[in-house]
Amino acid sequence: MSQLFSSKNLKLLTNPLNLENPITVQVLGICSALAVTVKMKPAFVMALSVVIVTAFSNLIISALRKGIPGRIRIIVQLVVVAALVIMVDQLLRAFVYDVSKQLSVFVGLIITNCILMGRLEAFAMANKPWESFIDGIGNGLGYGWILIGVAFVRELLGSGTVWGYPLMEKLGMYTAGYVNNGVMIMPPMALILVGVIIWIQRSRNKELIESK
Amino acid sequence: METHINLLVNTVFVNNMIFAYFLGMCSYLAVSKTVKTSVGLGVAVIFVMVITIPVNYLLEKYLLKEGSLTWLSPKLAEVDLTFLSFIIFIAVIAAIVQLVEMIIERFSPSLYNALGIFLPLIAVNCAILGGALFMQQREFGTVWETVTFSFGSGLGWAIAIVSLAAIREKIKYSNIPAPLRGLGITFILVGLMAMAFMGFMGFKL
Repeated sequence: MSQLFSSKNLKLLTNPLNLENPITVQVLGICSALAVTVKMKPAFVMALSVVIVTAFSNLIISALRKGIPGRIRIIVQLVVVAALVIMVDQLLRAFVYDVSKQLSVFVGLIITNCILMGRLEAFAMANKPWESFIDGIGNGLGYGWILIGVAFVRELLGSGTVWGYPLMEKLGMYTAGYVNNGVMIMPPMALILVGVIIWIQRSRNKELIESK
Repeated sequence: METHINLLVNTVFVNNMIFAYFLGMCSYLAVSKTVKTSVGLGVAVIFVMVITIPVNYLLEKYLLKEGSLTWLSPKLAEVDLTFLSFIIFIAVIAAIVQLVEMIIERFSPSLYNALGIFLPLIAVNCAILGGALFMQQREFGTVWETVTFSFGSGLGWAIAIVSLAAIREKIKYSNIPAPLRGLGITFILVGLMAMAFMGFMGFKL
């Protein structure tokens, strides 16, 4: 047990949260990250789906890595990922239909989410199943917290709610003259918010600053 | 004809793949450093989209949709294979990209060298699969409409990447705060460009 959670493995889990974050540092999986962040609930469901798909596709591909011929590995990876995404999609339709409707095509787009292909190519093809599984969970979480963070700001400032709870109204902000910021719900603000997150993260971690 | 022009304007400007749906962002941010490479990638995306989306449309119409197998036998009218669409679409895209790559390599080595590494990358470009899934949602009437739709989506994507690359080439010489350098300022730039494109909202011929 202690070997399964050695400090090296824990690093695989915690590094993607900050210094090797898939979105802000590796620039992977941005497509879906921006489109589903208007409200917190869909963002959370999306993050959870990505964690599950990354972890299990990493596990499966890592277990199969010695049997996959190099030339057709992309197609093998895509088929494994697509099968997992179909399962997640059917589960979402069965249990949280309204969220599944809101996410629309973006559940299907997990297949081409670059985090998956990136991690499969860079990690799972060269490492043992358990390490790959942890790496998948870590990267999924690193993706997830950015998603939920962006969604929190957009929902709070755009609709005045947090997870559907009318926080701004309860705090009496509307009677004090506050008005919902409609631009927050529009697509451009998602990009600018991620830009700001990158700015904050890089000013705290000087080693991430890009050279000229 | 009018519907086609409307659809084209709509997909290029109003429902732009990048600025309205953020599809294909990964390669959009990674390959937009110089105008030359971004033109190559843009052309490759248009090319692959115009081929794959109509093919996926035909598959959807004659294989996957509920009741679409009646051309085989009337007994199959109740078969609904829609849940297979993800796996079929991505397999078609990956296979066609491979095929296109081989054909170009055989018949036009100069074009092959120009597109080079971008073609295999396109198989995992979200814009292509996203285009196929939007096609499925919008339920077009004829194949020609999907051709226009896919050409417009590809063209919108290409315009977006070339214009971002042009801005990034210029911004290299400006004095940006160190933590914002590179990725950060690019995100904010794309956000501002998306705001400009919001001006097209509701635009119709």
